[in-house]
Amino acid sequence: MNNEATPLWQHRSNRMRLLLWVGWLILVALFLFCWQVMTRDTIWAFVSDAPRQAADLGGRMFPPRWSYIEKLWIPLWDTLNIATLGTLLGILFAIPVAFLAASNTTPSRLFVRPVALFIIVASRSINSLIWALLLVSIIGPGLLAGIVAIGLRSIGFVAKLLYEAIEETDVMQIEAVTATGASRAQILNYAIVPQILPAFYGISVFRWDINIRESTILGLVGAGGIGVQLQASLNTLAWPQVTMIFVVILGTVVVSEWVSARVRHAII
Amino acid sequence: MVNSADDSGLLAGSKSGAAYPATFKRPPMFIQRAWLRWVLWTLALVWFVLAISTIEVNWTRVAEGLDRGWRFVKGFLTPDFISRWKDIYAGLVESLTMTFTSTVTGVLLSVPVGIGAARNVAPRFIYYVCRSIVAVSRSLQEIIIAILFVAMFGFGPFAGYLTLSFATIGFLAKLLAEDIEDIDESQTEAIRATGASWLQLINYAVQPQVMPRLIGLSLYRLDINFRESAVIGIVGAGGIGATLNTAIDRYEFDSAGAILLIIILIVMLAEYSSGFVRKWVQ
Amino acid sequence: MLKVSHLSKTYAAGDKALDDVSFDIPAGQVVGLIGPSGAGKSTLIRCINRLVEPSSGSVSLGGTVITGMSSGELRAVRRRIGMIFQEYALVERLSVMENVLSGRLGYVSFWRSFLRRYPAADVRKAYALLDRVGLLEHARKRADALSGGQRQRVGIARALAQDPELLLIDEPTASLDPKTSRQIMRLLIEICSERHLPAIINIHDVVLARQFTERLIGLQAGRIVFDGSPAELTEAVLTRIYGEEDWTTLDNEAEAA
Repeated sequence: MNNEATPLWQHRSNRMRLLLWVGWLILVALFLFCWQVMTRDTIWAFVSDAPRQAADLGGRMFPPRWSYIEKLWIPLWDTLNIATLGTLLGILFAIPVAFLAASNTTPSRLFVRPVALFIIVASRSINSLIWALLLVSIIGPGLLAGIVAIGLRSIGFVAKLLYEAIEETDVMQIEAVTATGASRAQILNYAIVPQILPAFYGISVFRWDINIRESTILGLVGAGGIGVQLQASLNTLAWPQVTMIFVVILGTVVVSEWVSARVRHAII
Repeated sequence: MVNSADDSGLLAGSKSGAAYPATFKRPPMFIQRAWLRWVLWTLALVWFVLAISTIEVNWTRVAEGLDRGWRFVKGFLTPDFISRWKDIYAGLVESLTMTFTSTVTGVLLSVPVGIGAARNVAPRFIYYVCRSIVAVSRSLQEIIIAILFVAMFGFGPFAGYLTLSFATIGFLAKLLAEDIEDIDESQTEAIRATGASWLQLINYAVQPQVMPRLIGLSLYRLDINFRESAVIGIVGAGGIGATLNTAIDRYEFDSAGAILLIIILIVMLAEYSSGFVRKWVQ
Repeated sequence: MLKVSHLSKTYAAGDKALDDVSFDIPAGQVVGLIGPSGAGKSTLIRCINRLVEPSSGSVSLGGTVITGMSSGELRAVRRRIGMIFQEYALVERLSVMENVLSGRLGYVSFWRSFLRRYPAADVRKAYALLDRVGLLEHARKRADALSGGQRQRVGIARALAQDPELLLIDEPTASLDPKTSRQIMRLLIEICSERHLPAIINIHDVVLARQFTERLIGLQAGRIVFDGSPAELTEAVLTRIYGEEDWTTLDNEAEAA
């Protein structure tokens, strides 16, 4: 925000101020209304009991069962594979979708672009856990369902950021390559791809980092990875094992975030 | 000009053109050392083969499932809003109210936490406390938090509300803290020089600079919270996710298709209107 | 060589950028195109290789009519026309050599260009051109590592790699300092005379235009208002092109330079 805007923010006209108050009032009223509706069926005895429950849960969760880690190496390997293969699968489909969605590379703004944009929004609106839920019921439980679920969710994310990068490319560079008599494919290869390549790598690594996080819980619905162990431990109320799994997940997430930050830093 | 007539002679006479190399190899883009590039590629290939080989696919099960997959596609194209409408409606109301209340709560709480997690305005001790809150909230999946909150507060949207509020704090406080750390130092200095108190400092120097972005981020988070509210129902934290889970478990793909379409529609609507509001704020 | 007749361009918004423009350029002639910004200079040269589609009129190069060609034929004719840009328009993230080789894109197949496996003759030619513009040792650097003057030389090498029969040059010096501007202009003129190349140079700097070109075309609001030698470019003509201004200082500068 620039300096000139600062006085504007504080000295509003009366009409503006009234509007602002009405806005706040509506917000508060809406909040209270939503609160009422939401907590209609809440059993407050459970809520007031929560501190005791939490203490009880804490007592049962600690100390974590450290020896359980030996059974977690293979699920962890599976989790990493789900995330990485899923990311690759997602990228594979995201690239054509992004080029079809970008207004400067799409073959048709009227027909193809809306379809590509719908694919992006559909993929983005639906969480990978829901995709996993669907896929487990369609192709059965296992790693494959997890990989496809991660892939389907990644298409929208990668394609959205990528098509925005394509739309921001420098027109002059494209014009210059066009002027040499290059074909459409050559223009793509020489003028557009070099410009979006760093963004593309950054987006892919970023999504991989998110996918590591998401793939740790896909097992809750049977789509493989460390979440399967989590589900089993939760079902048998083996809380020390649950804590151990949380520790492993936390470690993995921290490491993947570090790797992703390092790689992105090196690229950009 | 480095060049002179004898240079241009090279161009004109093809006989001396042979002095130039006939091949050109593109310089590597990221990794300069050739051996490192080879090692990395080999490792990647080995990993890929290993990873693919550990996927066990029950192909007969997949073949059976294709029929169900086709039914899902058909269900998605001919969604059934009617037969489960009561459940869908109840789930939707829970999701929407949960989303709104948790976003409001999360934003309100993320403001103090965000200010506390900004190195340039917060005292050292508070800075570390707030940073750890942010770190914990960000590194735990919403689903994992939901599992814990359901265990503590019982099933239902209240646990979901707490989950989303907590996740919102981590998301917003981090970005807010980064924004505050990036603000124009000269403006805080100027206000400080007038002898303003700490609260006045926040109000006059910090708030005007970060407010528009905070509004934009809150709207973005509203959108994320709605999408998440569709998921945490799977572990019992209320919302449309529970309805969806049941529909899929019963193989009622046309109802599931209807729910997914509603989710997509609401997300599209939220994105469109938040873009509009953001333009209006700035 | 180049024949432009009755060329007009009206943009979708209704702005008339070019209005019935006609002129001929014989082989080997370097023409300066002058006029205030917005006069249609940039549109005019882009209409010649159809980066901008003209609304009416025709353009022909060495007897081939460019207007009305199919896109395949257009590609083949575009490689005969080299273009040099104001902001250099190099592909910043490719190496200098790849930028020069991209001038050969119209001649090689997609796979050859994709794998960067250009014919040996093309690679030799590209190296020779880099040497000609004095950048041989920079071949492997990335284009965005070069200075403005160096980048414009790469732009020149790229255009020459096409073996052009005509050069279209859009404000070659607008982003450069005065000294580098003169060096670049001198290089362009040298190259044109070496290869007997005709060229159209868009240039808003009247002093430079007078100093380096043999013929000037003045454009005002999309119409040609002057076509003659630099000597004929009197104060009255300049006023007609640019509007009222004290042109004496400009003349002094020209003499000093």
